[in-house]
Amino acid sequence: MALQSLDIIRRSATTLPEPQARGAHTGQVAKLIDVTKCIGCKACQVACMEWNDLRDEIGTCTGHYDNPHDLSDQSWTLMRFAEYENPKGDLEWLIRKDGCMHCADPGCLKACPSPGAIVQYANGIVDFHEENCIGCGYCITGCPFNIPRISKKDHKAYKCTLCSDRVAVGLEPACVKTCPTGAIVFGTKEDMQQHAAERIEDLKSRGFEQAGLYDPEGVGGTHVMYVLHHADQPQLYSGLPEKPKISAMVGLWKGVGKPLGLFAILATAAVGFLHYLRVGRNETDERDEEAARRELEKTP
Amino acid sequence: MNVERKSGEIVRYEFSTRLNHWIVAISFILLALSGLALFHPALFWLTTLFGGGPWTRILHPFLGLVMVLAFAFLAVKLWRYNVLEPRDRQWLRQIDDVLDNREENLPDVGRYNAGQKLLFYAIVLCLLGLFASGIVMWRAYFAFPVEVIRFASLLHAVCALVLICAIVVHIYAAIWVKGSMRAMTRGTVSPGWAWKHHRAWFREVEGIERK
Amino acid sequence: MTNHWVDIKNADVILIMGGNAAEAHPCGFKWVTEAKAHNKAKLIVVDPRFNRSASVADVYAPIRAGTDIVFLGGLISYLLTHDKIQHEYVLNYTDMSFLVKDEFAFDGGLYSGYDAQKRSYDKSSWDYVFGDDGYVKTDPTLQDPRCVYNLLKSHYSRYTIDMVERVCGTPKDKVQQIFEMIASTSTKDRVMTIMYALGWTQHSIGAQNVRIGAMVQLLLGNIGVAGGGMNALRGHSNIQGLTDIGLMSDLLPGYLTLPRQDEQDYHAYLAKRTQKPLRPNQMAYWQNYPKFHVSLMKSWWGEAATADNNWCFDYLPKLDKPYDMLQAYELMNEGKINGYLCQGFNPLASAPNKGKLISAFSKLKFMVSMDPLETETIAFWQNHGALNDVDPSKIQTEVFRLPTTSFAEENGAVVNSSRWLQWHWKGADAPGEARSDIEIMAELFHRMKALYEKDGGAWWDPIRDLAWKYANPHLPTPEELAMEYNGKALADLADPKDPTKLVRKAGEQVAGFAELRDDGSTACGCWIYAGAWGPTGNQMARRDNSDPTGIGNTIGWAWAWPANRRVMYNRASCDPAGKPFDPKRKLIAWNGKAWSGADVPDFNAASNPEDGMGPFIMNPEGVGRFFARGGMAEGPFPEHYEPFDTPLAENPLSPGQPLTLNNPAARVFKSDLAQIGKPDEFPHVATTYRLTEHFHFWTKHGELNSITQPEQFVEIGASLADEIGIANGSRVRVSSKRGHIEAVAMVTKRLRPLTIEGKTVHQVGVPIHWGFLGAAKPGYLANTLTNAIGDGNSQTPESKCILVKVEKA
Repeated sequence: MALQSLDIIRRSATTLPEPQARGAHTGQVAKLIDVTKCIGCKACQVACMEWNDLRDEIGTCTGHYDNPHDLSDQSWTLMRFAEYENPKGDLEWLIRKDGCMHCADPGCLKACPSPGAIVQYANGIVDFHEENCIGCGYCITGCPFNIPRISKKDHKAYKCTLCSDRVAVGLEPACVKTCPTGAIVFGTKEDMQQHAAERIEDLKSRGFEQAGLYDPEGVGGTHVMYVLHHADQPQLYSGLPEKPKISAMVGLWKGVGKPLGLFAILATAAVGFLHYLRVGRNETDERDEEAARRELEKTP
Repeated sequence: MNVERKSGEIVRYEFSTRLNHWIVAISFILLALSGLALFHPALFWLTTLFGGGPWTRILHPFLGLVMVLAFAFLAVKLWRYNVLEPRDRQWLRQIDDVLDNREENLPDVGRYNAGQKLLFYAIVLCLLGLFASGIVMWRAYFAFPVEVIRFASLLHAVCALVLICAIVVHIYAAIWVKGSMRAMTRGTVSPGWAWKHHRAWFREVEGIERK
Repeated sequence: MTNHWVDIKNADVILIMGGNAAEAHPCGFKWVTEAKAHNKAKLIVVDPRFNRSASVADVYAPIRAGTDIVFLGGLISYLLTHDKIQHEYVLNYTDMSFLVKDEFAFDGGLYSGYDAQKRSYDKSSWDYVFGDDGYVKTDPTLQDPRCVYNLLKSHYSRYTIDMVERVCGTPKDKVQQIFEMIASTSTKDRVMTIMYALGWTQHSIGAQNVRIGAMVQLLLGNIGVAGGGMNALRGHSNIQGLTDIGLMSDLLPGYLTLPRQDEQDYHAYLAKRTQKPLRPNQMAYWQNYPKFHVSLMKSWWGEAATADNNWCFDYLPKLDKPYDMLQAYELMNEGKINGYLCQGFNPLASAPNKGKLISAFSKLKFMVSMDPLETETIAFWQNHGALNDVDPSKIQTEVFRLPTTSFAEENGAVVNSSRWLQWHWKGADAPGEARSDIEIMAELFHRMKALYEKDGGAWWDPIRDLAWKYANPHLPTPEELAMEYNGKALADLADPKDPTKLVRKAGEQVAGFAELRDDGSTACGCWIYAGAWGPTGNQMARRDNSDPTGIGNTIGWAWAWPANRRVMYNRASCDPAGKPFDPKRKLIAWNGKAWSGADVPDFNAASNPEDGMGPFIMNPEGVGRFFARGGMAEGPFPEHYEPFDTPLAENPLSPGQPLTLNNPAARVFKSDLAQIGKPDEFPHVATTYRLTEHFHFWTKHGELNSITQPEQFVEIGASLADEIGIANGSRVRVSSKRGHIEAVAMVTKRLRPLTIEGKTVHQVGVPIHWGFLGAAKPGYLANTLTNAIGDGNSQTPESKCILVKVEKA
């Protein structure tokens, strides 16, 4: 939801640039989720529910620790648990906190048809302004990470705000504040990348040769990043996409498609008009009526 | 078709067909406006016509159903007149003559000329595409894999654009060929109009043997 | 904990075994994360289940529930045979060189002195050899076959790595790898910490599980050292406070003990507990027992306690046996206890063998529950279908609910695992009619006293004379109680060394237990808490987190017992000359005149190292014990005995001995013995445990917790699921000799089959937390399955390993 003191640099369905005078000169923000430190305690889920006043249903157990089972309008973040047997034959329990990645190039914002329903702040946070949301779900279509969810109650789209309201007043997101092991940290993107580098060095010293930072270029980088033990196989982490980018189809649809489409319509109309100017109307005159009458008279 | 003479006029469209057409036409206009509103930010203001963004989002698919259903009736009714014939090819070859109003050079035209027939098929195809993709995109009631939805979204846009362009052509043609509008409003054309533009059909309905 | 939560960051190796810190102590677990991130620490997790702690471990090894002594015995054997011990430490700070009586013997799984009829030992042979000077004889060369070192070595020679694999089911390569990692901390500059919890204690050999862990740490020189220690993770926020304040049936506050039935003589009672040094120049701190005891009696009975009446010694009950929870339910079941005041406890859910509890509670005349929540216990008579299938018309127990405030609705101190007394302030008023436990107990006291005054009664002197000096007698405040347990001077206290100097004026709070006297001039409700609310006020409320040395002790934060000491036995972090073994982790050191440093010395601060005082000042030997003497029910060295619900027919460590299949000195009632499961009927080994998402049986009443873990499940290994055709997410029935539950099956690779003595054994995980009341989906009480056999020392039930059968529901 909105907090207007954050500067908006991008706004959905808007043809003109936003006011650009103010910027994030001290650096854009990022949340770093160190999957290798995460113990899956779900404190982040609870903090998210508490801060944002969300209450999902008391559901059922389906044979997994993932509860609730999926993101929803009431669950903006979720621990996903995956069991992985590594080539050495040892088991790994890969627990990933799922939620909005706050892409630098957000597919949701690109797809959104409603002006100002999705915004990107100067600090990098991508936020939904539900008062402008029309409930079409294009954000879901546009998202490479399958994050936004439409509420069954009010048909608005919801997702993690990166606690834009907290960040605006200098606080860290609620999940970061509550994380007991420090697996979730928050700061400038640069600091987080540095912190991640230290973590990766530690992981490599523990035999995780492929440890790395997940900050996918395909979406221009993200403001929520992961430290992964197996950065070469992000899909191990409950299907984290390997090379996420805005789908080419969405790109066509919401990219060149928009101007081309309008142009085609206008061009068709213009061609008609030109034709009218040059050739004029095709009218039936008295001679045609006469010809018709003549033919009719020949008929018995 | 049962042809009745009313003070020398030839009936081209019965009332039910005209009504059917205008249901399609009006729903098309509403669909185009609401669809374009959500298609391009510059046209988002069109949502105001429908009571705002959410109402536009809610109404558009239902209007779509109305149009598809109404058009289906129309298509069934008009299908046999739109079957392509060999002479249509000749007509298309002489498209220059068509555009320059030199109909006298063209072969005789039946109830519909080749252009109209192609338009008919374009509408049929577009509406099939719009209907199928629209269902996929209709999140309030359906859930499809996101890749399918993405493809559907693109397809929906492409079909809609083709359809809108086709209808622009259709409308212009109605304006261009004077008397066409009356055929779809009052239902009748003058014998001269029929003789000039759809001579084969004129002869058919008037029972005139070809010489 | 000997150390404290923050100190875990100083560890080089962390062994989590018999606990699941990430799961049950996620906040404290941050210090494990810290040790890994900034101290390059390696984390080892040994557990029946690949759990949340294992998910961030460097090495995980599976183990069959109830076989920890085999694993750790194997480790001791490995350390001794590979000579991976901290020699200077072991020689100087442990009893390795002490000579043991010739009569002491171990054979076929039994120690000398066993009485099969009584299921207990005559422990007289379990002792040292004493010289004519009254001190223990030693052999510093460790050559004497009767010295503890050689006895230890010989005892654990049977515990080979092969044996570990055979009995625990832990793959040999993992055992080897873990032993090597642990052995790396036998050097002076490397330290391991052990974190354990109820996974070690809830066994019929629970106390010995803990002891053998401590022995490993002594061998490695890891006790008393920053980043080391034996760290018990307490399962409730204030369970440490519960034992400290003496809520065990045989304890008095501050680990003083109640007299037994045969201890009617006050002076004999005191003499037995006032331990004299067993070696020259040792502190033997329990020599001060009379000071603590008399001060306690003065605190309780005030002016009525005088030297003439032995400070009201007669007012204390004399135990014929421990009246712990297992005993109490046994007596209820026998119809011998017929009223039950159940305060802040939900035993129907928490205690073992629900069926027995239902039977026991149904025989009560009345039951009172003091709790903020409606517990299953007070609702035991309600029929909840299959979940609690009782017939209310057949239960005549009258039940009362007294709603109480919760911790957040009152001021007070909570003692955490680190022994910190942290003061907290009321966050909100309690709803409805809830009253604090203090208020209810005060009211109960006044009403009982008034009834005695009106009607009289047999010897109500202890109630009549009870000191009750609170500003509002009906509502003592937590502050008043805190000042009371800290203690105060009842008369002007002169300095014993210089009688002209006044240490403390009458009426002042004492600054520490060193000021306590045995002449009735001081009162103290819990000597180990002396100093918590001293003359300068409430130390528990301190919130100074500065840590100038970086070792993490933050001695200005709250207050730790004893004496605000953060790492116990910290003298052992220095070599005999008083220099830190590892200068990087200096806690205290001898500066030529005194001991000082980043911690409060756990020592006589003025004792010159040359005097040879040992660091383990609570032991009259002054050193740590490998040989427990008569301290344990089962024997001086921990020995493996199978759980009572065991998949094995004989104990691989003492084959062919039916008597030693299970712990021969365990706490066993006949009725429970009849409910032992056998592997032919119940082939699977189950263990019970907690989940992060819930706290015992409280949070199922909370919406947020219930959202994150809504419905009861059991964890079943994929191979067992295949074997019996169970699909993930389907419902299964898990039954034991005591009863059955039904739950959703969570089929997982995290539980793998173990090969035990050539046979495949499947383990099953049964999380607790669900019951027939609350916001979460109703479920069965997991303790329907467990048995009420307990440890012979702590009377803790064996909830952690039971035999079950898993089948499709």
